[in-house]
Amino acid sequence: MKVSKLPKANVNKFLESLQDFGEVIIPKEKQEQPGVYMFDTMTDPSEVAWEYLRTIIPPKKYLTKPKEVIFKFDSQRGFEEVIEDAEQKRVLFGLHPCDIHGIKILDVVFTHQYTDPYYTRRRNNTVIIGLSCIPDEKCFCKSMHTDYTEDGFDLALSDIGDGYLVAIGTSLGDDLVAERADLFTEVEETDRRKYLDFRKKRNQSFKLDLDIDDLPYILDLEQHSPIWDELGKRCLTCGSCSMVCPTCYCFNVYDELNLDARSGRRIKQWDACLFKDYALVAGGHNFREDRAERVKNRYYHKQFRMVEQYGKPSCVGCGRCINACPAGIDVVEVLTKVREGSYAETE
Amino acid sequence: MLRLNNHEQKSYTLSENPYKPELARIISVDPMVEDNYLFRFRFEDAQLNQRFQYRPGQFMELSVIGVGESPISISSTPSRPGVIEMCIRRAGRVTNALYRLKPNDLIGLRGPFGNGFPMKKMNGNSLLIVAGGLGMVPLRSALLYALDNRQDYQRIILMYGTRYPDYLLFRSELEALALRSDVECRLIVEKSALSKDTPEWHGRTGLVTDLFDDLQDLDVQKSYALVVGPPIFYRFVLSKCLDLGFSKDRILMSLERRMECGIGKCGHCEIGNKKVCTDGPVFTYWDVMNLPEMI
Repeated sequence: MKVSKLPKANVNKFLESLQDFGEVIIPKEKQEQPGVYMFDTMTDPSEVAWEYLRTIIPPKKYLTKPKEVIFKFDSQRGFEEVIEDAEQKRVLFGLHPCDIHGIKILDVVFTHQYTDPYYTRRRNNTVIIGLSCIPDEKCFCKSMHTDYTEDGFDLALSDIGDGYLVAIGTSLGDDLVAERADLFTEVEETDRRKYLDFRKKRNQSFKLDLDIDDLPYILDLEQHSPIWDELGKRCLTCGSCSMVCPTCYCFNVYDELNLDARSGRRIKQWDACLFKDYALVAGGHNFREDRAERVKNRYYHKQFRMVEQYGKPSCVGCGRCINACPAGIDVVEVLTKVREGSYAETE
Repeated sequence: MLRLNNHEQKSYTLSENPYKPELARIISVDPMVEDNYLFRFRFEDAQLNQRFQYRPGQFMELSVIGVGESPISISSTPSRPGVIEMCIRRAGRVTNALYRLKPNDLIGLRGPFGNGFPMKKMNGNSLLIVAGGLGMVPLRSALLYALDNRQDYQRIILMYGTRYPDYLLFRSELEALALRSDVECRLIVEKSALSKDTPEWHGRTGLVTDLFDDLQDLDVQKSYALVVGPPIFYRFVLSKCLDLGFSKDRILMSLERRMECGIGKCGHCEIGNKKVCTDGPVFTYWDVMNLPEMI
């Protein structure tokens, strides 16, 4: 990995230069809701919300779209592949390490054994530029070991006061820098020290901690814990936590028929395991009729099944689900209490 | 933990896009039992139809174009290529729409998906195939495959039980097997007649578990049990297999779930620590007993 420096005075020019590559997606503050952020298309570099911490919806929305057409069909001619945005080049700018880890997990899910052409086509056309952050009281990426990443980005910016250290992760990232080499400067000894000071300050800012040692094993032991029933009573199964999760990938596929009753579109749309009909099969049998079972499944998927399937949990500690839950359910609190076996008593 | 899906090579997929169904034509539709119909399909593309390969126990995603997709087990055997047979129950939206189609109509098929039964790994062993009710649907593929590769297996024993004689799937085909000396085919029904109008049943009556009494001479260390049936069936048959001395990783079962994508992406069939579509649908009893949401 190569490291360069981008003085803050040059950063807007660099952002503008990225538009030569493709659509630039940046974190923006919602005008109607101050303090609320979203990833959106950049029209001007001044729109970048540099101090944002978390957006409502993670950047996955550009890779696995909330709703997309995957085929056009005709009853006689069959299915014709449609890949939306297949040629659209994009720069996802300003992703924090947790969101980069989220994309790394999606990369594995969508390419393991079978390759999902919809995800990978867009993924291959996407440049990822990371941005450092200072955590708040809902961040627990450090506990999930996702507070830092050595790969999964083309460029990664770390704020050192008067500028950004720019880690160059890929050959494409190197080319993006080379295009505007005039904007970059050499990294000096003082910059190196400023970075180490920044790391120290950041590491000391974490307030939330989750013990994940042996967590899959603990969960296996707690399959019948009363905690799950308690949670089932609180959870509204609205699916907000899944929609805002950077690693939730579930989807539904359904057909939309045209008025000619012979042609139409096959649609792929985000789904959530919290929804009542999620495990419903033909004939009406529902394998997870019980709300508690569905809530429990979400926790086991993240921290148990993903470890078995892909070797690591699929929670990146971004805190979005804590923010989004209308019932005030807090994943860190739940898993801590599962470990302590004390959820029901303290409720 | 034993992983069946790692023992045999990854299955061949039709298209570079694993979501893309290929057009297939309905050759015939024959009523079987109650709401079950035997559909025969072949791919429109003749070359594809010839080179299409699968393993017993795998499933396909069947599209009724404009209605949707549904996962369906394959009942035919890859040892008899050219035609894909599926025994399909009218149960949901897609299968009800399929039932309204006629021979020569077009549908979409993609697959095959899932691990299937480890037919190669079981070479040199005896096969105890135990089916209850509709459990015969995926097991018929394994049975026919084993019969077509008879030299690769020791004893082949089928024990199949249903409530009434009329409920036996593939009944005439299975009764014909009784004439063969190289396969032990044992059919049993709970009640000998559905009504007075049905012909007399001369076979055994009772439960499929009764048939285990005749298996004392089976060398369970050189056998696999392939067990598929309804939930109540598993409860009793699995304990019979264990009583006989089968080790838990020599008992194979096939699970049903909502396998929407078939390729481990959509999430719907995930249970415990498994994805039914890619880790299964065939699991060992050892795998399944660790799944809290098993049946």
